[in-house]
Amino acid sequence: MAYKTIIEDGIDILVVGAGLGGTGAAWEARFWGQDKKIVIAEKANMDRSGAVAQGLYAINCYMGTRWGENKPEDHVRYARIDLMGMVREDLLFDMARHVDSTVHQFEEWGLPIMKDPKTGRYLREGRWQIMIHGESYKPIVSEAAKKSADKVFNRICVTHLLMDESRENRVAGAVGFNVRTGDYHVFKAKTVICGAGGASNIFKPRSVGEGSGRTWYAPWSSASAYGLLINAGAKMTQMENRIVLARFKDGYGPVGAYFLHLKTYTQNGVGEEYESKWWPELQKMVGKEYLDPEASHLTHRPIPTCLRNHALISEINAGRGPIHMVTMRAFQDPHLEEVGWENFLGMTVGQAVLWAATDVDPKNENPELTTSEPYVMGSHATGSGAWCSGPEDVSPPEYFWGYNRMTTIEGLFGAGDTVGGTPHAFSSGSFTEGRLAAKAACKYIDDGKAEGIVVSDEQINRRRTEIYKPLEHYKTYRNAIVAGSVNPHYINPKQALDRLQKLMDEYCGGVTVSYMTNEKLLKIGLKKMRIMEEDLESLAAEDIHELLRAWELKHRHRAAECVMHHTLFRKETRWPGYYYRGDALKVDDENWHVLTVSRRDPKSGEYTMEKAPCYHLVADE
Amino acid sequence: MPTFVYMTRCDGCGHCVDICPSDIMHIDKTYRRAYNIEPSMCWECFSCVKACPQHAIDVRGYADFAPLGHSVRVDRDENKGTIAWRIKFRNGTEKNFLSPITTKPWGTAIPKLAEVPGPSREMRDSQLLYNEPKYIRLDDGDLYTLKAAGLKMKKGVYY
Repeated sequence: MAYKTIIEDGIDILVVGAGLGGTGAAWEARFWGQDKKIVIAEKANMDRSGAVAQGLYAINCYMGTRWGENKPEDHVRYARIDLMGMVREDLLFDMARHVDSTVHQFEEWGLPIMKDPKTGRYLREGRWQIMIHGESYKPIVSEAAKKSADKVFNRICVTHLLMDESRENRVAGAVGFNVRTGDYHVFKAKTVICGAGGASNIFKPRSVGEGSGRTWYAPWSSASAYGLLINAGAKMTQMENRIVLARFKDGYGPVGAYFLHLKTYTQNGVGEEYESKWWPELQKMVGKEYLDPEASHLTHRPIPTCLRNHALISEINAGRGPIHMVTMRAFQDPHLEEVGWENFLGMTVGQAVLWAATDVDPKNENPELTTSEPYVMGSHATGSGAWCSGPEDVSPPEYFWGYNRMTTIEGLFGAGDTVGGTPHAFSSGSFTEGRLAAKAACKYIDDGKAEGIVVSDEQINRRRTEIYKPLEHYKTYRNAIVAGSVNPHYINPKQALDRLQKLMDEYCGGVTVSYMTNEKLLKIGLKKMRIMEEDLESLAAEDIHELLRAWELKHRHRAAECVMHHTLFRKETRWPGYYYRGDALKVDDENWHVLTVSRRDPKSGEYTMEKAPCYHLVADE
Repeated sequence: MPTFVYMTRCDGCGHCVDICPSDIMHIDKTYRRAYNIEPSMCWECFSCVKACPQHAIDVRGYADFAPLGHSVRVDRDENKGTIAWRIKFRNGTEKNFLSPITTKPWGTAIPKLAEVPGPSREMRDSQLLYNEPKYIRLDDGDLYTLKAAGLKMKKGVYY
C-alpha cells in the first residue's frame, strides 16, 4: 500500500484528542515544561472538534469562591448525591478547587460571560452554572492550545497507544492514520494525555434515519477515550454508570437554562404535576438517604437526576404522556424568550431547526420532553472512565499512585471524558483536569520516570498492518459479489454499528426496553459481543473515510463490552432512571456502596472485576 | 440534515471540508463542489455553515422528524465579534437574534506560556497551577485544602 509512514519522535507530551480536556492539557503543559516538546493529535480540526464544537451557552461548573458563593466541598456533595454516592471525591474536590481559575482565564481570553446587572457578578443560571455567549468557546480555547503546542496534527484518527517494550505497563506514544491522506502516523512520546471522547451511538438511538446524527452527545464522540485505554490494559471504573437525558423531544435541546433560569417546569399529558406521586414507591427502592423530598425542599440538596428520570419514564409508561415543558408563561417575557432561543442557537442549533420546521413557538405551546438513549461518558453528569490517581494532598492510599490524573498505565494521563469518577466537570472542569494532568505529566518526566523507553519496528509495523486491514479486506473480497453492500465475507462499519446498537439496546438496557436488563440478558449480550468481535476481523472499508468509521466502531465495541461487564458485575439498581437490573431492583448499600473497577487483559481479552472502596468527604473531628 | 450545499453558490473552496468535526463534508469529484456524504453522522452543528465564505451551505432538518419549509441562517463575523441568526418557521414566522462571540480581538489576549517567567521549585512541589493561587479568587487567598476546610476522606457509607 502506498501510504507513507510518518514518525514524530522525541515528544515529551502527546495530547490525544483536543477537546476541552486536551486543549487544557496542551495549554498548561507549556508552563511546567517550557522546554518540552508538546504535540497534539486530533481527529478533526481543533478549532471545531469535541463536544463543544458547536458552542455552549453555559459553563456548568463554576464555584464562585471569590464571591463566597460556594466552596469546593459543596460541589463534591452535590455531585455525590446526584450520582447516588458513587463518585471519586478526591478528584472532584481537586477539580472544584481549581476550576474558577480556569474560568477567570477564559474571560480574560475573550469568552463573553454574562453579568448580573445588579451585583456585577457572573450571571447565574443555577447554583453551579453561569451563562455565557459561547458560540466561539472552542475556537478560543483552541487558540490557547495552539499557542502552547509545538505541533498540531489535525485529522489524525488515533487507533492505538504504543507501549514500552523495556518496561511493562508503560506508555510510549500512539499511532493512527490521517483521515484525508491515509498516511500512517507514529508518535513516540514520553507521556500521553488522553483527552479523547466518550461514547455516543453505542446504544440504538430513538431516531431511525438521518436523525440518528442528532445524538445528544456529539456523534464524533466515538468512545476512543475508552477503546484506546481498555485495549492498552488500563483499569476502568463506573462504566455501568451510563446516562439517560431528559431533553426536548427529537432535537435533544438542553433543558438546564429552561428549568433553572427561565423557571419553566414539567407536567404530564393531562396537565398535572407528576413527579411527587412516584416518590413514595421510589423511596422504598432507593432508601430515604437518597430520596428525601422534604429535606430537598428545605435545603439545596437536589433530587438525583436519575430519580427524576424515573418519574418521567414511569409516568409515560403509565399512559399519561407526553410530558410537556411548560414554557408558555416564561416566554411571554421577551427577554426570557430571547434567552430560550439563544440557548439553542449557542449549543444545539438542531432544536431550533426542529421547532422552526414544526412551527413550535414555545410562547404559544408547551414543547414535548422525552428521555434519550443511554450514553457513556465521564465529563457531563456521569462518571465513567479510567481509574486514575488523585492529588497527593487529598487522596487516600487506594486512590493515589504518584501522579495526579495518571491512569494505571505509567505515563498515561487522562482529562475530560477519559477520567472516571468525576461527573459534573463539564467544559470548565474538563479543561481544568487537562491542566492538572499536564502539570503531573511534566513532573513525571522531570522525575526521570520516562527514561529508556523502547519501541520496536515490529510493534510499529504490526499496528500499521492492523490499521489498514479493513481496506485490504475490502479489496480482497469486493469482487466476490456483483455490486451492493451484501457480502458473505465482510460487513461494513455502518452494518456493524447497527448490530452493536441493537444488541446494546436489547441486552444492556436501552430505550426500547425502557432501560431494563438482568443477569441473563447481559450474559447473552456478552456472548453476542464476543461473536461480534470475531466479525470485526472481517470489517471492510471501501475508502479512508470508511476506515475512520471502522476504527470508531472498534473503539465503540470495546467500550460497549466493558459497559456490559460492569453492568453485570454491579448486582443492584443504583441509578433507577438510568437503567434497571430487573433481578436486583434496589439500591444495596450493604454490598454495593463501592466503585466498580475492571481490567481487560490485553493478551487474553479476559476481564477482571473488583470493588474499590468509596471514600467520602466528612468533617474531621 | 443535515447540511446540503447549493450547486450555484459553492465554488469548491473546501473550507467546510477543512472544518467539519465529523469528516462528512467532501468535494464531489464530478462537480468539484462540496456535499454531505453521510447525513446520519451530521450533528447540525453548523460549523461548515459558519465557515462557508459563499453562504452556500444550509440545513434541512432531519427527515425522520422535521417537516420541510423552514430555515435557520447564520452569519458569523470574527472582525465584528458577533453572530447573527435568522429563523424562519414553516408558517412564515421569523425570529432574529444577535450575540457576541468574543470580547477581545482574536487571539490577542492569550499569553504565550513559553515566554512567561517559569515556575519556581516551590511552586512545582505545590498543588498550584499556572496563575494560581491569584486567579482562583482574584485576591491573596490560598488554594483550598482538606485541612483548611476541616475535612477528611473516610471509607464507607456516608451520604
